Amino acid sequence: MTRNLLITGALAVLLQVGGMVAGLTLSPPEQHMSDLVRIMFVHVPVAWAAMATFTVTLVAAIGWLSTRRWGWDHLLDASLEVGVVLGVLLSVQGSVWGYPTWGTWWTWDPRLTSVAVMVLSFLGILALRAFVDDPDKRASWSAAASILAWGSVPFTYFCVKVMNSLHQKQTPWGAMAPEMLRVLLLNTGTVTILTLWMLVARYRLARVELQRELDT
Amino acid sequence: MAAPALLAAGVGRRFLGRWAVRNVSFELPTGALLLVHGANGAGKTTLLRVLASALSPTEGSVSVFGGTPSGARARVSLLSHADGHYDELSGRDNLEAARRLGNLTGNVGEVLARVGLATRADDPVRQYSAGMRKRLAFARVLLKSPALALFDEPYAALDADGHVLVDTLFRELHAAGTTLVVSTHQVGRVAPISTHTAELASGRLVAFGRAGTDAPGEPVSTALPTGNLAEERP
Amino acid sequence: MKEILRQCTLVVRKELLHLWRGRARLVATAAFAFANLVVFSFAGGLHSEALRTNAAGFLWVGILLASTLALGESFRVEVQNNALEAMLLLPVHPAAIFYGKAIGNLVLLTLVGMVMIPFSVVLFDATPAGGLGRLFLTIPFGAAAISAPGTMHAALSSRARSRDVLLPLLLFPLVVPGLVAAVQATQLGFVGDAMGDYGDWLTVLAGFCVVQWGLGGLLFSFVVEE
Repeated sequence: MTRNLLITGALAVLLQVGGMVAGLTLSPPEQHMSDLVRIMFVHVPVAWAAMATFTVTLVAAIGWLSTRRWGWDHLLDASLEVGVVLGVLLSVQGSVWGYPTWGTWWTWDPRLTSVAVMVLSFLGILALRAFVDDPDKRASWSAAASILAWGSVPFTYFCVKVMNSLHQKQTPWGAMAPEMLRVLLLNTGTVTILTLWMLVARYRLARVELQRELDT
Repeated sequence: MAAPALLAAGVGRRFLGRWAVRNVSFELPTGALLLVHGANGAGKTTLLRVLASALSPTEGSVSVFGGTPSGARARVSLLSHADGHYDELSGRDNLEAARRLGNLTGNVGEVLARVGLATRADDPVRQYSAGMRKRLAFARVLLKSPALALFDEPYAALDADGHVLVDTLFRELHAAGTTLVVSTHQVGRVAPISTHTAELASGRLVAFGRAGTDAPGEPVSTALPTGNLAEERP
Repeated sequence: MKEILRQCTLVVRKELLHLWRGRARLVATAAFAFANLVVFSFAGGLHSEALRTNAAGFLWVGILLASTLALGESFRVEVQNNALEAMLLLPVHPAAIFYGKAIGNLVLLTLVGMVMIPFSVVLFDATPAGGLGRLFLTIPFGAAAISAPGTMHAALSSRARSRDVLLPLLLFPLVVPGLVAAVQATQLGFVGDAMGDYGDWLTVLAGFCVVQWGLGGLLFSFVVEE
């Protein structure tokens, strides 16, 4: 069991390294942003993975509240933690890209702010889980809090769309050079695989943790 | 045959890794007075809370008057250690709020007089002594006039007068056909009027039976079909 | 539905009675909000211009900080004697309890907020160029944006360990969207609304409230039933 997890994990990391090497070599520099564009190859996939992971959290929360099956709580636990890690990564990447581009590490741009707020909301729920001992309450409370936190995500997102933002507008897929698009798709694939692997590993850990809690 | 007041089938409740109550099965007919006793930490409070739907069981099931415990809430009262009062409100305000919220038919003034709180009814509860708070909790039960009333340590914190009052209230409720479940260490006070007795030890039901037939402490196998444990009263 | 509405009005009534009987607490909460405003005046380095431009932000952060005290207290009284459970067993519908308590907190925060308006006008030297109406009208909407998620998270954190840390940790990020809109709308009240944006911000704020009040009513029973 653990060996399979280690082998698949190593493979997922290798794939990701491959994707990153491709991002650094296979794609040409962009006309306006030159080499800075390369961060996009990990930034966009991580943004997608973070959003998708928090949506998994929402699904898991609804799943637990309607069925009371522990599997949903494990998934909630796993997706919360993986989502927060991806969200922090996303903010750091944005910051790294922002310094040479905007001349500042952090700016209270609506898009950046909304990501930071989203990450903080779910980070609070991780704290909640740490402070509640009873597994049933922990599961129900964090599920309810997750739905509430998620409710403000699309709200923020749509508000951002109507507001002026420093952030790059999303480029339509068709307008991108085919070499770049290929590398971006490759990295989207590798980041998704890595995220899925983290979710599976964390899910198993959650299951073991609960078992241990109930046994002692 | 009407549905029993209480039917517990394999009820268990776990807190973290510890089972506070496990594998409890019994059947209590309507109008009975069940005396529950057992050492501290035997699971009495947990059992009463599960029966009153304040806690959901981890395993097994409870039926109250043939329905779910939460569906029967309007007909059930639970008097527990935590009395449910608001400290800033007066005794009368507390009862009045409960009467309106629960659409209760009882008379607030009458029940306050019945428990001996008429003169202090308009003082905020935070000025009450522990015994007076307990009396107010009894008034809350009387106000609801439930079909099933569960009492957890009803004698605790009360003075000698209070003990007599509780004895009288139990007799009256029992005579009026209310089903009573009383968990107490004052076995001697309740045993004379109880119709059934249950003993808990380490979360298990070690004895259950009609009062006088099964002496408390005599183990009864919980594996027996519940129907054999409690027949209708003659 | 009708029964839930009836119970809800009774819970509100109980909340208001409780608020009135413990009115010293209400005064203390307002005093705390006021103390926040005073402390913020030093954050601007005593440049009256900086204070004036940030008046709306200071006002709402002051209200938000004071709200954690009020919200925590509103569930402390429910939890300490298990009064919340007694209400559930009566039985009172969880949604009625949620809306009743959320409305009670809304009233309290609105009162505190409205009392803070004249203070922020004076302390930050921010003449309400956009009209006092805009300032006062924003208060109940902003208070609603705090009170619904606040009631929900106060119910959670009041029964967890480290409740005092947990409530702001859960609440603050959650109310940011609503708070941003409230600050913008209030700012227009202070500096004047040349572009006519006030209605837009109030709509955003109302939208946020609808989401939070709706979800709260649906989810509260999962939080309070054991």
